[in-house]
Amino acid sequence: MATFSRKGKKELPALSTASMPDIIFMMLIFFMVTTKMRDTEKLVMVKVPEATEAAKLERKDLASYINVGTPILSLQSQYGTEPRIQLNDSFKTVKDIRDFIASERETMSEEERSFMTVSIKADENVRMGIITDIKQELRRCSALKIMYAARKPSTSNL
Amino acid sequence: MADITFLMLIFFLVTTTMDQDTGLSRRLPPMPTESQQQDAVNQRINRRNIIVVKINSRNSLMAGGQVLDVSQLKDVIKDFLTNPTDSPNKPEKEVKAIEGFGNYPVSKGVISLQNDRGTSYNAYIKVQNELVRAISELRDDFALAHFGKRYLNLDEEQQRITRDAIPSNISEAEPVEVGKR
Repeated sequence: MATFSRKGKKELPALSTASMPDIIFMMLIFFMVTTKMRDTEKLVMVKVPEATEAAKLERKDLASYINVGTPILSLQSQYGTEPRIQLNDSFKTVKDIRDFIASERETMSEEERSFMTVSIKADENVRMGIITDIKQELRRCSALKIMYAARKPSTSNL
Repeated sequence: MADITFLMLIFFLVTTTMDQDTGLSRRLPPMPTESQQQDAVNQRINRRNIIVVKINSRNSLMAGGQVLDVSQLKDVIKDFLTNPTDSPNKPEKEVKAIEGFGNYPVSKGVISLQNDRGTSYNAYIKVQNELVRAISELRDDFALAHFGKRYLNLDEEQQRITRDAIPSNISEAEPVEVGKR
């Protein structure tokens, strides 16, 4: 009697890993392209307020950031708990905003300067006094495009 | 090679920040020169065209002479800007020719936002947010009535027309001390 004999038991073939490097490589390139290295270290604690109408910042590369908030815990012994202004990597006062804006302008090309946006990242618990001072100083430097950093509420009730 | 790529992948995975910057965009008025300051005193905007929104140091809100809650502000602003009953106490409308659309009565209303140095930033942003919401709802209404779409779904030309018809005149005036104790 002619029968077909099956060789051995039915076994699952080993999963081919040949395509794994390709996938990893694709992911690598994706993350390399999307990553933006954080260039400044946070010295103040900022929890931006919530706003339902918050819109996306159009040109992230043309934005300068002014952080306002209480110093981080490890610096509180040195600087106290009063809200302070952080520009780039150090605590500054309102008077230093002028130089900061000037140096930020330097890094931009001529035609991009008019699109420069100053994003004020202020903690929700700071008082308006310090914000008003910043705003007045920005007006004096004619950096008029500003944005109040805010986050969208996580649970939308629409 | 796969090992090295894997290492790099993990490195970038860890360092990547995906956060997007969101916020409320505003345009500050340019700093007036000495002579302009004099002018500003002389040519005040007609009183009926201004609604003054004040927040004091205890975060209480007042708009157009009434004490309000933040939740009521949006409707007060919308009512003020549209002036549906053509009341003489609310802003005038000026018929303007909008390019590519035609004539439309544009409200001359200006919202003047004043705050105290002691106002909390959170309360201030809440009020700003309500003002933006009032204007974006008005723009949505206009867009739905004339183009049958919401403002965000319009093309650029239509958005410009809508922006011209419903301007966003929020003035963050010179700092004034409100509600000093």
